[in-house]
Amino acid sequence: MLLREVEYAKPGSLAEALELLAANDGARALAGGQTIVNVMKARAASPDMLVDLNGLEELQGIELAGDGTLTIGAMTTYSELMASAEAKARPILGEVCATIADVQVRNRGTLGGNVCSNDPTNHLPPLMVAVSARMTVVGAGGEREVPAEEFFLGVYLTAVGPGELLTRISIPAGRKDGFAAVTLGAEGTCICNAAATVNGSVRVALGCVDAVPVLVTADSPEGVADAVRAADLMPPSDVHASCEYRMHLAGVLATRAAEEAAGR
Amino acid sequence: MDVSVTVNGTTYERDVEPRKLLIHFLRDDLDLTGSHIGCDTGNCGACSIIFDGVLAKSCMLLAVQANGASIETVEGLSEDGELTPLQQAFNEHHALQCGYCTPGMLMSATALLRENPSPSDDEIKKALQGNICRCTGYWNIFEAVKSVAK
Repeated sequence: MLLREVEYAKPGSLAEALELLAANDGARALAGGQTIVNVMKARAASPDMLVDLNGLEELQGIELAGDGTLTIGAMTTYSELMASAEAKARPILGEVCATIADVQVRNRGTLGGNVCSNDPTNHLPPLMVAVSARMTVVGAGGEREVPAEEFFLGVYLTAVGPGELLTRISIPAGRKDGFAAVTLGAEGTCICNAAATVNGSVRVALGCVDAVPVLVTADSPEGVADAVRAADLMPPSDVHASCEYRMHLAGVLATRAAEEAAGR
Repeated sequence: MDVSVTVNGTTYERDVEPRKLLIHFLRDDLDLTGSHIGCDTGNCGACSIIFDGVLAKSCMLLAVQANGASIETVEGLSEDGELTPLQQAFNEHHALQCGYCTPGMLMSATALLRENPSPSDDEIKKALQGNICRCTGYWNIFEAVKSVAK
């Protein structure tokens, strides 16, 4: 497939990348390319310029602090995260990344790309909300930290504005997490998914049921199904699942994820 | 844009449009037609290559991203015309029917066996998950890979 003509820039530093994005309205960041290249083939979007973030050291690395907080560079690939000894501190992260697409996609696709594209069927937006991740966004105005609950704004839309980049994701210590999904084929696109964390109460973030992850809380896994019903979801219907079926899946998957989390 | 890329040990320098996908660059500019285009949507894996040591689909990369990179394609597997043990196993197990998916299957299996010379059955299947065989000849492909696993 021949893409529409596009300029390509490979900045040598984060500062240079931000300058390029700010100076060119039609510029978009190129992370792993496992979404945007296909989007460009389909002409669903045709950026004028791609700013390649590969090789920027500021966006790489996984660190584990003394208090158990994980800090993950936005350009970390799923495969890098799965192989990281540090990331094992929060096992759910590697476990979920291992179910995204296939080896080739996991080798190139990045955590930053997954959350910034905010496709409602992606795995990581609900997971980031469930584990109370904090996203660091950098732009000309400096750096700010956005809680995951406020990061996802709409379909394909996040708190990362024009001329800005997500640089890293911080995830607090914890192990009692769960994730459940119904997918198109093994490890395919999610029809509905749910990520859960137990920390006293149960937090469950549902994916595929709205433009952004929907957070519900309950006192125990037994209360999760009622909490999902009370959320008054109105998920979209498509060729894979009707609205009613997705609502049903949301309750089932939320309970499964919560039970997995509580059982750890 | 000027691109310098090493493919199977040979360095090529070419002027490339940024919009050109790596698979088209390999096939059309370098005449390395071993890597196939099956779907052009990142689903089928027929275009799989090893990019700086990492298995990737070359229809999901731009050719300009390969500047400075070292790439391995199916043409680089055999040495002096001798099949690798994996290629020989594909032959012996009848692991190719129409052959279209074979270059990608070989690259995925090569990447697996380098990283993990003794994969379990599940690890072999998971490693080939990104490669589609529309003849559905998966079983013989699996058997071929298993036969060279230590």
